[in-house]
Amino acid sequence: MAEVLVLAEHSGETVKKVTLELLTLARRFGEPAVVWLGGGADGARERLAEYGAAKVYVADGEGLDDYVVAPAAEVLASLVSRTSPVAVLVAATPEGKEIAGRLAVKISSGVLTDAVDLTPGDDGSGPVAEQSIFGGAIIVRSRVRSGTPIVAVRPNAAAPEPAEGAAALEPASTELSEAAKAARITDRVVAQRGERPDLTEAAIVVSGGRGVGNAENFALIEKLADSLGAAVGASRAATDAGWYPHQFQVGQTGKTVSPQLYLAVGISGAIQHRAGMQTSKTIMVINKDPEAPIFELADFGVVGDLFNVVPQLTDEIARRRES
Amino acid sequence: MNIVVCMKQVPDTWAERTLRAEDSRLDRASVDGVINELDEYAIEEGLRLAEAHGGEVTILSMGPEKASESIRKALSMGADKAVHLIDDQLAGSDALATSLALATVLGRIGFDLVILGSESTDARTGVLAAMLAERLGTPQLSLASKVEIDGSAISIQRQTEYGYDTVEASLPAVISVVEKINEPRYPSFKGIMAAKKKPVETLSLADAGIDPGQVGLGAAATEVVSFANRPPRQAGTIVKDDGDGGVKAAEFLAAQKFI
Repeated sequence: MAEVLVLAEHSGETVKKVTLELLTLARRFGEPAVVWLGGGADGARERLAEYGAAKVYVADGEGLDDYVVAPAAEVLASLVSRTSPVAVLVAATPEGKEIAGRLAVKISSGVLTDAVDLTPGDDGSGPVAEQSIFGGAIIVRSRVRSGTPIVAVRPNAAAPEPAEGAAALEPASTELSEAAKAARITDRVVAQRGERPDLTEAAIVVSGGRGVGNAENFALIEKLADSLGAAVGASRAATDAGWYPHQFQVGQTGKTVSPQLYLAVGISGAIQHRAGMQTSKTIMVINKDPEAPIFELADFGVVGDLFNVVPQLTDEIARRRES
Repeated sequence: MNIVVCMKQVPDTWAERTLRAEDSRLDRASVDGVINELDEYAIEEGLRLAEAHGGEVTILSMGPEKASESIRKALSMGADKAVHLIDDQLAGSDALATSLALATVLGRIGFDLVILGSESTDARTGVLAAMLAERLGTPQLSLASKVEIDGSAISIQRQTEYGYDTVEASLPAVISVVEKINEPRYPSFKGIMAAKKKPVETLSLADAGIDPGQVGLGAAATEVVSFANRPPRQAGTIVKDDGDGGVKAAEFLAAQKFI
């Protein structure tokens, strides 16, 4: 069976969930082979095997981590010419999409971004990607018709399913061109974000908007999020007002999330916001304005004052957890 | 410093956007075109860098006749001149073809710094800065929340999932900016008047030396198989808080097995 290259997202030897999702999707139309950049592959091997990776191409060389995007694209390009895969899958993070873009130019192939599902083509041709566009209003199925399909897949596109794989480690070329070394990373600054899960990867996201009123009140949103093990998000109104850090903005100009459960608190649901969360599986809304457009998306909505509803919900979750 | 800002006209994100049944392309005729909101930050950053370091800001836009309105608006914000790549054969170009066309023009007009917004609000691929850097062989300093230039050295703060990276390179370079980098200015009355006299060069594919066989819908490396409006979500349960709204919400979460 032909290989599907899956670029791993990892921190050290910890494999991110999105990579297990990509392995699950890759098995639908080929044999998944992980591309692992940097160290940690030995420690991650068992986990990758549990999710069906047949091979793990390891590129662990001097300087791979020191430059922006280009090294990953070069490693992938050399593997594409070596293994002729049926597709290359990357996570649709901002950086993943940039890697996909550079790779597309290098190997003259089409690239599809932000896939929310991936299925084999009807005629056995390459994968067909489902994309959700224009703020989630339209669902498009697209495919690549020239070159090796490159698809950037959004986190939470599939539930990771275990399958047995050999996860045989194989070295990959780590030779970098001079052009790939043009933009050097000289410092990495990790923002404080506590113990909460990554916003784009989280299974549950609790977001606050204009109705939260000020920065201090975001503690209510955080408490509710922590009771659910959720990530915290914010609408643009809230980040523009400086109530919550910008990197947590969900929406057209912020992050796009697609969790199992999305709780919108004090958010009216302007298209700007809906574009970033409309593909969430289940949506719960708490808002005092019954006319707020966000209620159109709600699987469950409470019309009420968030300052009464949210603390009560947080307490009730804690009570149910204890009993 | 010769700064080129790539600008795309997009349908207003507040309007309802649709695809045309005949060719699965965005129906641009029926909605107002505006400057891609994220490009406004790129224009602003270009203007600020030119003010700080001297030099000229050129707007480069690929698009139909209608895009000239948005080009004029970018000039009224303070850009010095514009290049409009306009040719019917460009219609339907995907990201790969668009990057080829823009890179070809950039190679012709020359630049020290190319600035893009982080993505367009219609296609939202977020790949163009990376593709341009790859094609032009220049450093990619993308997703910048801060840009500093010192002579020919450029340094940015690149927004990452965990915070930011400091990235350094030498000009010429391609950068993209995220929206928290600045607050775009509004055109002043004086700016609007001045923009009317600013030069806009229009280029066809032939003028730019771009092979028509490599762009447009026919050359696109990707294609739409089918599309459909999202089925409306099933109407959910909406309850009014009578003092037990939080409890009811928790009951729903429990029933859905989230707690």
